[in-house]
Amino acid sequence: MNGADAIIKCLEAEQVSVVFGYPGVAICPFYNSILESPIRTILIRTEQNAAHAASGMARITGRPGVCAVTSGPGATNVITGIATAFADSIPLVCITGQVNSELLGSDVFQEADITGAVESFVKYSYLVRDVKDIPRIFKEAFHIANTGRKGPVLIDVPIDIQNASLEKFHYPEEINMRTYKPTVKGNMAQIKKVVRELERAKRPLICAGGGVLLSEAEQELRAFSKEYRIPVVSTMMGIGVMPTKDPLYFGMVGNNGKAYANRAMNEADLLIMVGARVADRAVNQPEVITRNKILVHIDVDPAEIGKNAGPSIPLVGDAKHIFADLAQEEFSCDTAEWIHTLEEYRVSMAPKRNPNPDYVDPAAFITLLSEKMQANGIYVADVGQNQIWSCGYHIVREGRFMTSGGMGTMGYSIPAAMGAKLAAPDRQVIAVCGDGSFQMSMMELATLRQHDIPVKIIVMKNNYLGMVRQYQHFTYKDHYSVVDLSGSPDLEKLVSAYDMPYLRLESMDRAEEVLDRFLAKDESMLLECVIDPMDLV
Amino acid sequence: MKKKIYSVLVENRSGVLCKVAGLFSRRCFNIDSLAVGETDAPDVSCMTIVSSGDQRTTEQIEKQLNKKLDVIKVKTFEEGQCVNRELMLLKVKYNKSNRREIMEICEIMKAQIVDMSKHYMMIQLCDEPERIRLMLGMFQSFSIVEVARTGTLALCKCAEND
Repeated sequence: MNGADAIIKCLEAEQVSVVFGYPGVAICPFYNSILESPIRTILIRTEQNAAHAASGMARITGRPGVCAVTSGPGATNVITGIATAFADSIPLVCITGQVNSELLGSDVFQEADITGAVESFVKYSYLVRDVKDIPRIFKEAFHIANTGRKGPVLIDVPIDIQNASLEKFHYPEEINMRTYKPTVKGNMAQIKKVVRELERAKRPLICAGGGVLLSEAEQELRAFSKEYRIPVVSTMMGIGVMPTKDPLYFGMVGNNGKAYANRAMNEADLLIMVGARVADRAVNQPEVITRNKILVHIDVDPAEIGKNAGPSIPLVGDAKHIFADLAQEEFSCDTAEWIHTLEEYRVSMAPKRNPNPDYVDPAAFITLLSEKMQANGIYVADVGQNQIWSCGYHIVREGRFMTSGGMGTMGYSIPAAMGAKLAAPDRQVIAVCGDGSFQMSMMELATLRQHDIPVKIIVMKNNYLGMVRQYQHFTYKDHYSVVDLSGSPDLEKLVSAYDMPYLRLESMDRAEEVLDRFLAKDESMLLECVIDPMDLV
Repeated sequence: MKKKIYSVLVENRSGVLCKVAGLFSRRCFNIDSLAVGETDAPDVSCMTIVSSGDQRTTEQIEKQLNKKLDVIKVKTFEEGQCVNRELMLLKVKYNKSNRREIMEICEIMKAQIVDMSKHYMMIQLCDEPERIRLMLGMFQSFSIVEVARTGTLALCKCAEND
């Protein structure tokens, strides 16, 4: 057995079923050994998307996604994907090939100091110096990636280490790291304080972030909200924690969110932020959520608490544990009046749009799509205007909503949808992107075809980098700079080159019929929706 | 701007200094002084970092340090709570007329002359950072050739429950 064989054994021990990647000489021993394994390999068309696909898979399975790329440019290309996962706390294990150990530091062909380069975007990284360390390092890497605040871990393996022989393979059962013991159980005294404040509160509100989904605490949070009649809003990453139509759910907060959700945040007298970073897009003015109210901040990462807003009650721990503990407490909360007020806001402050009838109205289209897609379908929104419309109008029932929230990485949707589909072959997976973001990942159409992964793609075409155009419209009085997407390919011709079916929708008139055809079969298909280039989110 | 001293026990591995220093620069935390060395356990190093900032910043520094997986333990204290020392080596050019004065200053400051040649002498001072600054100030009127300082080392004052 050599080091590469040992790596494969580790991946098997971690029940990895798919590796996304792109080979090169420095990772060839790994790709040679994986042929003997039942682990499926997916040849992605650019390394960044290997990390996105692994991220899409991780979000659905709840286990780390795995990608493996070569040294030098392979490794540096994957950095944006790793940074995207890091910003959204998605567990990944990224394996990079590296030049021969003896040549490290001598700037030979395809050498890049990847552990150095990626330091600010990983939870941890390893450079393997001894083949005997492989089992321990992989055991630790999977543990680190998927516990505490989840995130990407990178393992850089020089080619000579992959080729070195290992006499005995033993995958450790225990982890022994003196520096890493994340707190998952909340402090009971703090939990009791929260309960006391809840009893006193007249206008309590829960703001759920992506951390709730990462800790798989949706059911606990929903049950808690229902039992005590506490309304819920969410951040972009927290969309789907509550079903969109749940009477106690009052939408996404933030500068791209619902006005009534923001008003709820401002008027609450007790705000429970859970699994949310209090970053600028969700909470534009952190002082607003600490003024005139009790702020409870629940997060598994103690460094998030107090980073952007000083809470009255900090509560470190995993959301699932904390809501389970809160459910054990007995108290009552009278929120009928508060909920009534919020319901009135939801009606009076509903967004008003004036759609141009000559085009597809993204809002109406997305709502219709949500109604027609499978209840447990997975909706992956890309980045740009399409993302904001998706956040605003997609209706989550029993499915998932995924997007690159923290980093806002264009091109995320197609590879992430690919990963999600591999994780859940029985569920419908739809990637919704703009014509800008589509062109950042359109090379993956080949991957979908090659590996027969049926992902549905919707491209909202407006011939602009719409989000930036909108910004230039407001900030620079329509002084447009470098946002015109002229020269984009004819998508019908493009997908036919990949032997993929194509549909086009130019107005809402035929929307029902076209969507029915689009969703009829579990096969890859691209639907192009022509939207008004001047439309605003 | 409050001054804080962080005594950070870390795994003695390559790259750890870079990770810790990188954390400070990335998050725009100040480093006023940094000193690193092995402890009594060869696999553990101690980094003594002096930094300053408002309360939120100094709290974040401690939390972010604790988040690093190579960090074993972080102790944070203020200058009054610890014994702190810095070592300075200072090389000056002397002549007949100022030699006596230099030696007097060394005597007052309890600095040692650790090396000398016909025109140069090297002075060593191990003291609190404030006194190192004072000493440097005293030497501004002489021709300083080179100065090397270690950065602050600090340990919490002795307590019976240590």
